[in-house]
Amino acid sequence: MNGALLRFRAGDWGAYAILPVMALATLPAMSFSTWLTLTVAGIAMGMMLFLMAAGLTLIFGLMQVFTFAHGAFITLGAYLAVSVVAVMAGWSAAESWWLNLAVLAAALLVALVASGAAGYVFERVIIRRVYGAHLRQILITVGGLIIAEQLVVALWGANPLPLPKPASLRGSIILGGAAIEKYRILAASLGLLAYAGLHLLLNRTRVGLLVRAGVENLEMVEALGYRIRRLFIGVFVIGTALAGIGGVMWAFYQELVTRSIGGDMTILIFIILIIGGLGSIGGCVTAAVLVGLVTNYVGFLAPKLALGSTIVLMMAILLWRPRGLFPVGAR
Amino acid sequence: MSDGAALLRLAGIHTHIGRYHILHGVDLAVRRGRLTMLLGRNGAGKTTTLRTIMGLWRRSAGEIDFDGRPIGDLETPDIARLGIAYVPETMGIFAQLTVRENLLLATGPQGFDEAQLEAVLALFPALREKWHNAAGSLSGGQKQMLAISRAIIEPRRLLIVDEPTKGLAPAVIQLLIDAFLRLKQSATTILLVEQNFHVARSVGDDVAVMDDGRIVHTGAMADLAADETLQRHLLGLSLASHQ
Ligand SMILES: Nc1ncnc2c1ncn2[C@@H]1O[C@H](COP(=O)(O)OP(=O)(O)OP(=O)(O)O)[C@@H](O)[C@H]1O
Ligand SMILES: [Mg+2]
Repeated sequence: MNGALLRFRAGDWGAYAILPVMALATLPAMSFSTWLTLTVAGIAMGMMLFLMAAGLTLIFGLMQVFTFAHGAFITLGAYLAVSVVAVMAGWSAAESWWLNLAVLAAALLVALVASGAAGYVFERVIIRRVYGAHLRQILITVGGLIIAEQLVVALWGANPLPLPKPASLRGSIILGGAAIEKYRILAASLGLLAYAGLHLLLNRTRVGLLVRAGVENLEMVEALGYRIRRLFIGVFVIGTALAGIGGVMWAFYQELVTRSIGGDMTILIFIILIIGGLGSIGGCVTAAVLVGLVTNYVGFLAPKLALGSTIVLMMAILLWRPRGLFPVGAR
Repeated sequence: MSDGAALLRLAGIHTHIGRYHILHGVDLAVRRGRLTMLLGRNGAGKTTTLRTIMGLWRRSAGEIDFDGRPIGDLETPDIARLGIAYVPETMGIFAQLTVRENLLLATGPQGFDEAQLEAVLALFPALREKWHNAAGSLSGGQKQMLAISRAIIEPRRLLIVDEPTKGLAPAVIQLLIDAFLRLKQSATTILLVEQNFHVARSVGDDVAVMDDGRIVHTGAMADLAADETLQRHLLGLSLASHQ
């Protein structure tokens, strides 16, 4: 038996089982092909939400920073996608998988670098001054989000901008009698890749070990001789870079980019963090997919309830597990 | 006490926590290669003193010297890097990390030194069996063993341990006493806070007694152990009852 298995606690079963239980419970309410379409849609949406939320759960969990500006990095990624597509319009419209994927890859890379760099500056200039002061964190990051939205208007204009998917990423494939959008498979795969990367980083590297330890007890990490401020910067940059690529994926999914595209996600991201447990990457991916599934199932079965369904989901989970599905640390 | 032999020296240390004035001019010398006991009633300021040494609370006045160098203005990580290991009262175990990972964190970038690891595991064999278990699943005694192991997995110049035997069974306490006696053989300098007088008299070379944020007595541990009147005067009945 390996360590991971031994560490598996009985209390975790419920948290691990919740996704399959949720998915299977809805099957009798609809045809199989509808179910499959909704389930894939839910997973894809969940994995995009994961990209947007993953950095924030680490920022919260490790540094106890309440930032409402995370959406700004999503928005930045979304608008950069618009600009990249504008520059590479020919490749985007071409009927070639390779050229189309190259456009997407370029947008992701630009967003990754730009959002990460913006995150670095944001941490150095603003967040650094408000560690430990929660009220000031909230005020200054809400302010930051507003300023970022104004900057976006200044750079890209106030009107919503269309962002068509590259040609071969449109349309669906038929699988098990169900129409499955190609883009959703791509988005889910990318999210999974990011999850795998984060998982390896956290569980197989010294820096990851430090992050996991820091989420539990920062003071002790310092007392062991580690300068946590550097760790903070690193996590902030990774978190905002992920938000940027989440913004790219979400923007292509919506095919329309507005200045509030990131800010609009804030509440959903917070719900995911609370459901998953602050500071837990495993909790974050589980909660994100859960929210994606519930949104899609409820949207189909009872469209009028779709809006409130995630909040009801969060309340139900909190009644069951007051500190989220995968609580970390003792604080 | 000759100051020249002191590895760590506190002179006139005042510490405030928020608006509370907790330490009122602590003078303390920890001599090289010796085990210094820091005793005192509940709330005397022992933990606050250790946290001030580690830079986890900031002193408001006074000087802290380590090996002749002032460290009062250093950040906690830099203090630790001077070779000071700290085991807090709460042990500071990372519950979600495995025993191995908890220890690995205290090693340098090159990871475990096999010989040192074997020596530590020989001291606390229970940890070997729990190597890949989450530290949160350990018993209280095993957690304390892990906390102390983490402090000695690399050679350190000073070991600071806050009430390691609190709440532990007599058999485990004896194991910890044996471990401290073993550590003393390697001439490690140790500053140990205890409420358990039996532990203190078993391992201590020097002793400092605190009350109300000040050091009220210093001397040889053996002398205090032999003088019951002084014990009662300094430490009250609670400690005498531990004997
Ligand atoms: N975080 C804090 N905020 C306010 N007061 C504190 C804090 N920590 C400690 N104190 C106060 O400082 C005084 C000294 O506390 P300290 O923990 O240093 O005592 P101690 O000698 O370690 O006691 P014990 O034997 O109970 O561990 C106590 O009166 C305590 O109430
Ligand atoms: Mg104490």
